[in-house]
Amino acid sequence: MSTEGTGFLGWIDARFPLTKVWKEHLSEYYAPKNFNFWYYMGSLAILVLVLQIVTGVWLTMNYKPSADDAFASVAYIMRDVNWGWLLRYMHSTGASAFFILIYLHMFRALLYGSYRKPRELLWIIGVLLYLAMMATAFFGYLLPWGQMSYWGAQVIVNLFAAVPGIGEDLSVWVRGDYVISDATLNRFFAFHFLVPFLIAGLVFIHIVALHKVGSNNPDGIEIKKGPKGNRWDDKAPADGIPFHPYYTVKDLVGVVGFLILFAAVVFFWPDFGGLFLEAPNFQPADPLKTPEHIAPVWYFTPYYAILRAVPPMFGSQFPGVVVMFAAILILFFLPWLDRSQVKSIRYKGILSKIALGVFAVTFVALAWLGLEASTPAKTLLAQFFTVLYFLFFLLMPIYSKLDKTTPVPERVTK
Amino acid sequence: MKRLLIASMLLLAPGLVSASGGGGYHLEDADIDLADKESLQRGARYFVDHCMGCHSLGYMRYNRMGEDLGLDEVQVRRGFIFDVKTKPGDPMVSAMRPADGEQWFGTAVPDLTLVTRWRSPDWVFTYLKGFYADENRPYGVNNAVFPDVGMPHVLAGLQGVQKAVYAKGEDGHQGPLEGLELTQPGRLPEQEYDQVVRDLTNFLTYVGEPMKLERRRLGIYVLLFLGVLFALAYALKKEYWKDIH
Repeated sequence: MSTEGTGFLGWIDARFPLTKVWKEHLSEYYAPKNFNFWYYMGSLAILVLVLQIVTGVWLTMNYKPSADDAFASVAYIMRDVNWGWLLRYMHSTGASAFFILIYLHMFRALLYGSYRKPRELLWIIGVLLYLAMMATAFFGYLLPWGQMSYWGAQVIVNLFAAVPGIGEDLSVWVRGDYVISDATLNRFFAFHFLVPFLIAGLVFIHIVALHKVGSNNPDGIEIKKGPKGNRWDDKAPADGIPFHPYYTVKDLVGVVGFLILFAAVVFFWPDFGGLFLEAPNFQPADPLKTPEHIAPVWYFTPYYAILRAVPPMFGSQFPGVVVMFAAILILFFLPWLDRSQVKSIRYKGILSKIALGVFAVTFVALAWLGLEASTPAKTLLAQFFTVLYFLFFLLMPIYSKLDKTTPVPERVTK
Repeated sequence: MKRLLIASMLLLAPGLVSASGGGGYHLEDADIDLADKESLQRGARYFVDHCMGCHSLGYMRYNRMGEDLGLDEVQVRRGFIFDVKTKPGDPMVSAMRPADGEQWFGTAVPDLTLVTRWRSPDWVFTYLKGFYADENRPYGVNNAVFPDVGMPHVLAGLQGVQKAVYAKGEDGHQGPLEGLELTQPGRLPEQEYDQVVRDLTNFLTYVGEPMKLERRRLGIYVLLFLGVLFALAYALKKEYWKDIH
């Protein structure tokens, strides 16, 4: 930046690149002008992250991370702390909202090929963010110390015990005890507080990577490679518009629209029919009483269904654990599995469209199956959908290459 | 693409519906009204008289209940607190020692503060109406929605005694529990007993989430505010975007 201003801003700019950052990332960052509904999810996810951190810090001021006091301290927050119920419902609703937004955000990437070259690293950072989110959600779910908190954590930590050889020791190392206990609650609380700040850091890196390569768009066209010159800058992409003010005001509409839905849940339906706050979790944790039916919160259930779908082999649950983790880790390879000529579903052929449609149904079906108590018929169904889940990825190099694509226009469309 | 998604959702829908209908004893609609303060006051009265001998509301304070139910401190003190050492700011804890309860009933007596949240109001309502005579149980009663419950039928004096009616199973075997039949009337006619149980359920539902009415009341203002903000934000966006084609 050659132009050094005068006055207070000039003083700052001589010491910190404030104007430069503002221009590069907002007022002179050119984003494609054809973003649609799916492009609200990223900014909304940041909003929810901030909401979670703020409400979380305030909840911490009255929460007690001890097996004796945790459940009662949550009741105290709900009843005696001024606006405690609002903070708690915002936090519990926010957790589910975060996953809804991220699943839609990821589905957007699948729709428009946002993981394709040159955005492979952007996608990988995103998958890391998703993993960090799952970790912090898992740690956080233990904190209310209800029956589902306790037994859900018991089931998940026991997965580590399935690792051959070192399993038992590993699970004790994770718990800090032979069962889920006060020691486990303390460390989970510490991590539940820490990981969100790692997420915030990763979000920063995610955005740095995004601004390096530029946003994709519903047409999957690289606007940086297209014609140059718009009314703000003759070297900028012709199909780009400055992020600020255009997308800041547009995202504001998204934010308020989202907050309407969010507030509707927080104020009128905070349990969300037992999906956001599960009924058994209103009972304090009892290590001696196993609930009839243990299911994780809805956002983990697709993977839980996959875990249960794999039969034990050689008397060990380990294969199921491997397959479950594989279902998540396979996401990292997505950029190299897609061999299509085009990025966006708009110009892909029928094979890719069917595959993505089937995958979306598969994911929802697995989520539902993971919530249900298993029966032979449902296990069979879960096995069927588990196979479909993996086929979507494993067959992608074949069907995406065979698929007949349609020509991509040179300029973005509406 | 969208049509495909919707079509596949529709294919799944029947499965979802059939999954939500569960088996077991049919739960009656409690038909409660949290805004009915008289019903809540009666429910609180019944709770203290009939339930609190054993059950606590460990997270509910006397004075908070008084405030929400429209009772002043003198009324709370005279009507609900029987121990001179208990202060209005104390939680509504039963005088029974937990160890005694375990010995007498074979299991720890649960705290009922959140019972309507982990069971549901309808469950509590049906449970309180669901006791029937069963000689095989220590207290001579069993329950339609909570098989082999350890608790005696505390309200039997009001309701009377019911007997179980079973469906006809195959080859003369006994089928599932179908309904209950009053064999020995209590002090109250059925409708009045239902009202007592409804008041109790109403009170316990209030105790489960004392701020429920307040949150709904506030929610309306929040949504109205956001609605106005949405209109303004949308107008702002339209104004800025009118030159983007």
